[in-house]
Amino acid sequence: MELFQYPYMQRALIGALVIGLAAPALGIYLVQRRLALIGDGVGHVALTGVGAGLLLNRSPVLVAVIVATLGAITIELVRARGRTSGDLALALLFYGGIAGGVTLVGLSDSTSANLNAYLFGSLTTIKPADLATIAVLGAAIGVTMLALRPALFAVCHDEEYARVSGLPVRTLNLLLAVATAVTVTIAMRAVGVLLISALMVVPVATAQQVTRGFRSTMAAAMALGLFAAGSGVWVAANADTAPGASVVLMAIASFGVVAVLGAVWRALRRRRAPAAAPTPEPHEVVLH
Amino acid sequence: MTSPVITVANGVVGYDGRPVLRDVSLTVTAGEAVAVLGANGSGKSTLIRAALGLVPLSSGSITLFDRPLRRFRQWYRIGYVPQRLGAGSGVPATVREVVASGRLARRGVLRPAGAADRAAVNAALEAVGLADRARDPVATLSGGQQQRTLIARALAGEPELLVLDEPTAGVDAVSQEAFAGALHDFVDGGGTVLLVAHELGPLRPLISRAVVVHQGGICHDGAVPEPAGHHAEPDHDHVHPHGPDEPAGLWSS
Repeated sequence: MELFQYPYMQRALIGALVIGLAAPALGIYLVQRRLALIGDGVGHVALTGVGAGLLLNRSPVLVAVIVATLGAITIELVRARGRTSGDLALALLFYGGIAGGVTLVGLSDSTSANLNAYLFGSLTTIKPADLATIAVLGAAIGVTMLALRPALFAVCHDEEYARVSGLPVRTLNLLLAVATAVTVTIAMRAVGVLLISALMVVPVATAQQVTRGFRSTMAAAMALGLFAAGSGVWVAANADTAPGASVVLMAIASFGVVAVLGAVWRALRRRRAPAAAPTPEPHEVVLH
Repeated sequence: MTSPVITVANGVVGYDGRPVLRDVSLTVTAGEAVAVLGANGSGKSTLIRAALGLVPLSSGSITLFDRPLRRFRQWYRIGYVPQRLGAGSGVPATVREVVASGRLARRGVLRPAGAADRAAVNAALEAVGLADRARDPVATLSGGQQQRTLIARALAGEPELLVLDEPTAGVDAVSQEAFAGALHDFVDGGGTVLLVAHELGPLRPLISRAVVVHQGGICHDGAVPEPAGHHAEPDHDHVHPHGPDEPAGLWSS
């Protein structure tokens, strides 16, 4: 525990907790829309921003926010047009993003350790200024996702109905795209571009095994994200493992535990109250 | 009570160059209950989707409540009931949450739900007989109950016009009756209905006018056509496939 007396560990913990809360709050909308892996794609694109930032000697996180936002808006526009080739367009963007990132990082003077920090996260190197950025943007994402829940739920649940309701569907979709890019970029420091999607999606997947409604799923997913972030950093500090990977492993372990407990609970309930025998369909023809 | 609610003038719709609607004109006035009938693939669903702006017209014009579709903003006056729940429902949602999203048209994106919103949602759930399932996940409901959830969502916005796309297709008898009852109350309260159907079933007494779409054009506009031949037998099970090669004169009275 004494490790957390060091300011860099405190910053790591606070940064992880903020991202643990914000990522599932956004991720639930992506899961609802069956775009669970979009965060992964935006992460690939963000890496090009990191490379550009390192090469131009600008803040890699800032350039990554801009590049990832442009990428997310492009993905949203391709999705909204509903073309069958959208799939391939996304593939081009994803792999173009990661190849561009690796190339640009290589061209800059930074070492491969630097690339690794963005690929897999580097919580313990968060500086006070970075933490302020993460806290402000993370809070903005969390508040927006909670405040606009009814409208975002309606758009992700049934986009055509939302249009006939007169909701600003395009604006809300672009808002989600921008929020995805911002979340990916701030989470990049914590878990890295290759593991970001896990924090957005896994807590939601865990929660929806046992919840019945959207609001309860959102609350449970945010609590699970917070738990995974806190316990992951704690495990990393004590076992000296990579913090980003530990956070994701804790999230996946939660999924496993909830899946097993849920199955046991359902089995017990079934045994206690055996379901009534299904009434057979009435015969459609009379056979003699 | 005779002001036009929906006007489609010379509407033409084509998908990938294939014409689906050819030069269709339709006016629905306040207080009417209009059924759009026709075989599968006749263009009847496309007609109402175009009227709501969900499908773009390649020529012609749409007017909603005396305003051109482009400048129409009072969407709370319209309640839309799609054929089935959208596919994008990966996360569980309760019946109440789905029905509550029908209030957004009236209360806007930013204003939180108030007492009037909750009362309207409760009333809509009561109207379709799903008040006792309000806290259940929609995915655990039967097809008919899901369909009733969608009409409750439309009713929650307290619209003046209900537009329904095949509301009774594949719906069990109990749900059909509950559905017809809710629609009856809506029409009695002065509401206007435009619905698409393959068959009217228990909705038939409700309908004041029928429009029959055949091969992208309107071939009948007036009284509800009587079923002919063995279709008229009370226990006729209407399951045979409708092909586009049906004789065109069948519906023209």
